[in-house]
Amino acid sequence: MNINLTLIAQAVSFALFILFTVKFVWPPLMKAIEERQKQIADGLAAGEEGKQQLEASGKRANEELGKARARAAEIIAHAEKRGLQMIEEAKSSAKAEGDRLIAGAKSEIQQEVSSAKEVLREQVAALVVGGAEKILQREVNAQTHAELLNQLKREL
Amino acid sequence: MAAEQELTATSYIQHHLSFKAQSFGDGSFWTLYVDSLVTGAVLGIVATALMWWVVRGATSGVPNKRQAFVELLFGFIDDQVKGIFHGKRDFVAPTALTVFVWVLLMNAMDFLPVDIVAWILTHVFHQHEFRIVPTADVNTTFALSLSVWLLMIYFSIAVKGLRGFIHELFCAPFGGNPILWPFNFLFNLVEYVSKPLSHSLRLYGNMYAGEIIFLLLWLWAATSLSGAFFGAILGVGWSIFHILIVVLQAYIFMMLTIVYISMAHESH
Repeated sequence: MNINLTLIAQAVSFALFILFTVKFVWPPLMKAIEERQKQIADGLAAGEEGKQQLEASGKRANEELGKARARAAEIIAHAEKRGLQMIEEAKSSAKAEGDRLIAGAKSEIQQEVSSAKEVLREQVAALVVGGAEKILQREVNAQTHAELLNQLKREL
Repeated sequence: MAAEQELTATSYIQHHLSFKAQSFGDGSFWTLYVDSLVTGAVLGIVATALMWWVVRGATSGVPNKRQAFVELLFGFIDDQVKGIFHGKRDFVAPTALTVFVWVLLMNAMDFLPVDIVAWILTHVFHQHEFRIVPTADVNTTFALSLSVWLLMIYFSIAVKGLRGFIHELFCAPFGGNPILWPFNFLFNLVEYVSKPLSHSLRLYGNMYAGEIIFLLLWLWAATSLSGAFFGAILGVGWSIFHILIVVLQAYIFMMLTIVYISMAHESH
């Protein structure tokens, strides 16, 4: 164990190795590591941002969907209302038409009845006149007895 | 191992514990342990070059496995530094990385079986004496710890200014009263001396002891068949335990480096 020139020689090599490491070995790798750290941090931030955007757009999509649903319900309700209205209209117009037809038919029947009555009255009058002629055995002059006949007719 | 030399326990240990020394002048100081220097330099160059190669193709996108491994290492070191040192880590973190990787690799040389390495070195590289664990050489550990110590003083002066540094030498930790100046200075002196000493000797002691225990086990293995058997089993056990020591010592050395440099940034 004796100290000699080796000490200085080893110290010189030590200094050279330190200088080399400080200048050429340490900085490039540290730069690469720091760059990567930055990239990772950026990536994480971007991911976080994307997540937030996704959440926001999901919320917006839900809102839109709700709006569309409400609009659809409105349209359906409107259509239903309109349908009911149309049915009501059809019903009332059909009823009016029916009423009109019934009224027509009634007046026709009335007319028929009164004309039938008239005919019947004529015939009865004729029969009565005939019957009376037979009973009286002589001709009833229609002109002389017209007043009487008409009165009879009225009474029938 | 030279064939003409007789093999004894002493010569075996001595052989494995002798440095490849190259003298550059008179006096024992002007000697260079080529083995420590070369192994340390090769390991350091391999480690930094590997990291440099991976880092040059680094992408901020999806990393491949190679880059992911280096990133794990960087992240581990950066986290440790972050926990202790509060400031710009442009210099401290890469320094800690260099310390950790280099010390770890130099310590890990202890795992290589000494005799096989010695055989290869003798027959391929014709080196009879070559120690392959640079951190079991007190020069290496002192080189590291004194470099850290100089950094510590540099940062102390750079952050607080020369006045602040000297002020702290005399006025901390007991207070600014002039009567206390000598005590403060003495205290700081002890601290400044003990820091590099404990820093380097802890690592050196652990690695040296590990090496010696391996050598003793292999020495036992050379005595007989049963010695070889038990030596191998104990060698496996010690190797496994040594994995812990190697990593732990590298980790401790790095942590202390960070702690000392970060302490230099704090003013009292």
